[in-house]
Amino acid sequence: MGDLDFDVIGRALPYLAHGMQYTVQLTVVAFAGGVVFGTLLALARLSSFKPLALAAAGYVNLMRSIPLLLVIFWFYFLAPVLLQSLTGAERPPQIGAERSAYITFILFEAAYFCEIMRAGIQSIAKGQAAAGFALGLDYWQVMRRIVLPQAFRNMLPVLLTQAIVLFQDVSLVSLLNVTDFVGAAVKIAQRDSRVIEMYLFVAVVYFLLCFALSSGARRLQLRLAIVR
Amino acid sequence: MNFDIFFQQVPDGDGAWWQMLASGLQWTLLVALFAWIMAFALGSLVGVARTTEKRWLIRAGNAYVELFRNIPLIVQFFLWYFVVPDVIPAVKAWVITLDPTRHQFFTAVVCLGFFTSARIAEQVRSGIQSLARGQRNAGYAIGLTQTQTYRYVLLPMAYRIIIPPLTSELMNLIKNTAVAYSIGLTELFFRTREMGEMTFRYFEAFAAATVIYVLIALAANRVMAWIERRVAVPGMIAGAH
Repeated sequence: MGDLDFDVIGRALPYLAHGMQYTVQLTVVAFAGGVVFGTLLALARLSSFKPLALAAAGYVNLMRSIPLLLVIFWFYFLAPVLLQSLTGAERPPQIGAERSAYITFILFEAAYFCEIMRAGIQSIAKGQAAAGFALGLDYWQVMRRIVLPQAFRNMLPVLLTQAIVLFQDVSLVSLLNVTDFVGAAVKIAQRDSRVIEMYLFVAVVYFLLCFALSSGARRLQLRLAIVR
Repeated sequence: MNFDIFFQQVPDGDGAWWQMLASGLQWTLLVALFAWIMAFALGSLVGVARTTEKRWLIRAGNAYVELFRNIPLIVQFFLWYFVVPDVIPAVKAWVITLDPTRHQFFTAVVCLGFFTSARIAEQVRSGIQSLARGQRNAGYAIGLTQTQTYRYVLLPMAYRIIIPPLTSELMNLIKNTAVAYSIGLTELFFRTREMGEMTFRYFEAFAAATVIYVLIALAANRVMAWIERRVAVPGMIAGAH
């Protein structure tokens, strides 16, 4: 271990920070998009209109039974082709892995957020929605003003835990040569032949960040548990 | 969609593309099987440690779980594959005697084994803690030692309770084997990409892989449901009819 050179980290820091910026950006966008789309999926799964419920369940189960890596590559190859057929362009547009990853993660994480939100919605007493309807609110008003705010609140710790999982999963885009945090580290590691130092550094940074976040989620869970 | 591609010969290889995917599937299942055995054994030990009365055991168990849960899987693969052999001379001496495929296989099993064991430990702990306090006390009261209480009273109940979350952990493990692609193991995802890249028939290759992964997930789900029914204690646990 005598010839380790941790100075390489200091020199690569701006590049690594740039990678981390992409990682955080993708995490935040995918979380927001995934929660919105996932909530819609959850409403669809709970719908009394059977074809809609079945279609949503099929989508969620499909996404949950194949590896994320496979989904990432699916969208990387197929998104240009799909966009081409949608817009009628002559050639498939060049999207690039950086941008296709946003679509991938929103659509993939939505399946997981759907299950969380479904549990959240089902945890709300039936009387709540019934009371809303009795007041003359329509379906969307009941959902938006009564059910979803409570479901969201109850599920906040679980949503946060899933966000931490998402934050870690984003690292898989490095296999598409995207410069996220891991991707940046891999590139530096190969350029400077400093594999050991870079990977240890990445592991430590992820550990500290995720540990802090999950401790926060746990504390939040305790606080919410006392209130209820 | 054209299925002929699966019967075309692989350039410079022996066999057709469907055989390549099948050999990838073999590696996927082998890695998943061995990693599951390792994760189940380790996860049970750590999970049990976290429910004992010994402070340091609980601390060590918690640290173990946090360590493997807070580092992305792909980074853990890199650590096991590149860093561990480099910082531990004994491992390096052993690794260089292996052929590359063996090295990748062992790395994948160890990495996924540890990664999954932390999740199983969490399930085992919550399973044991969900049991009534009286169960443990009853064990001690009839003169069982602590080991016997775990073996004959607590664990048989806890394992039955946690079969549903263990099912999703098993399915996660099978999906996670795809990340072994990052260290070059020729498992199913590796072969899928290879087929796409060499034939430019991405759609067919990825569609085939998707179907295979869905089928494995279904099979794993059915096997676990069968186990759940087989071991159910009538009248004890919700869902065991």
